[in-house]
Amino acid sequence: MVRKIEMQPVNRRDMMKIVGAGAITGVIAGLLPNLAQADAASAEAAVKKAAGGKTLADGKITLDLPQIAENGNTVPIGFEVESPMSDSDYVKTVHIFADKNPEPDVAVFHFTPSSGRAKASTRMRMAKTQNVIAVAEMSNGTVYMAKSEVKVTIGGCGG
Amino acid sequence: MAKAKARVKVPKKVKKGEVFEVKTLISHKMESGQRKDKKTGKKIPRLIINKFACSYNGKDVFTSDWYPAISANPYTAFYVKADASGSLDMTWTDDSGAVFKKSAKIKVS
Repeated sequence: MVRKIEMQPVNRRDMMKIVGAGAITGVIAGLLPNLAQADAASAEAAVKKAAGGKTLADGKITLDLPQIAENGNTVPIGFEVESPMSDSDYVKTVHIFADKNPEPDVAVFHFTPSSGRAKASTRMRMAKTQNVIAVAEMSNGTVYMAKSEVKVTIGGCGG
Repeated sequence: MAKAKARVKVPKKVKKGEVFEVKTLISHKMESGQRKDKKTGKKIPRLIINKFACSYNGKDVFTSDWYPAISANPYTAFYVKADASGSLDMTWTDDSGAVFKKSAKIKVS
C-alpha cells in the first residue's frame, strides 16, 4: 500500500496555515525533548502492569516477526506460546507491546482451553524501528516474556 | 462504517479433538486518533475496532482487545479445538458501539 501524495496548488492562505502548523509542532516538539524516551518508559510500565508485579521468565514464547518491515502500516505479527492447553494448564492472556509507538499497547489476546493452541497472528502498525514485546500469562500465574526487534523502513502512523 | 465486509475461513470438515485454524478479516479503517486532517490540522478522532470475540456454540473460546496499533482492515488468525458440529460466531465491536458479526459452520465428523 503506497500512499498517494496529492500535489495540489497551494495558495498563500493555505501556505500560511501549513507554516503556522509547522511552527506550533516545532514548539511542542521543543517542549517535549524526551518524547521518545517517555514512550520507552511507558512501554516498560505497560509491560510491568501486564506482568502484575510477577517476575518475567524467558522462554515458552515464539515470536514470528519480520526482521525488516518495509511498510510500517501493516507489519505481520504472530506468536505461539508453548502449552498443553488443557483445562488445568493453559495460556490465559498474551499482551503485545511496541516500545516506540505513540501508544505501547498493541493487542491483548485471551485464550481458553478450547483454543487448542495458544497461537495467533494479526497485522500491526509500527511508527519506527523498535522492539515488539510479548507477555504471556499462564493459568497457574507464571508470566513469560519475549522480545524481538523489527526494523521499519517507512513508519506507519500517518501524519 | 455501517457496511463492513467480514470474512471468516475455516476448514470444510474437522475431526473431533482436532485443532483447526480460523482466519478472519474485516474491512474497517481503524482510525488511530493520531492522524491529522491535512486541511484543518486537527486530529481525526479515534475510531477503531477495540474488541473481537469468537464464540463456539455459544461459548467464548477466543477474545481479543485491540488498540490503535492494529492495522486497517484487521486480520486475525487463531486456533480452535473441534468439539461438536455447530457454529463459530465472530463479533467485532468498534469505538462507536457498532457491532459487526459473521458466522461460520463447523462440521465435526
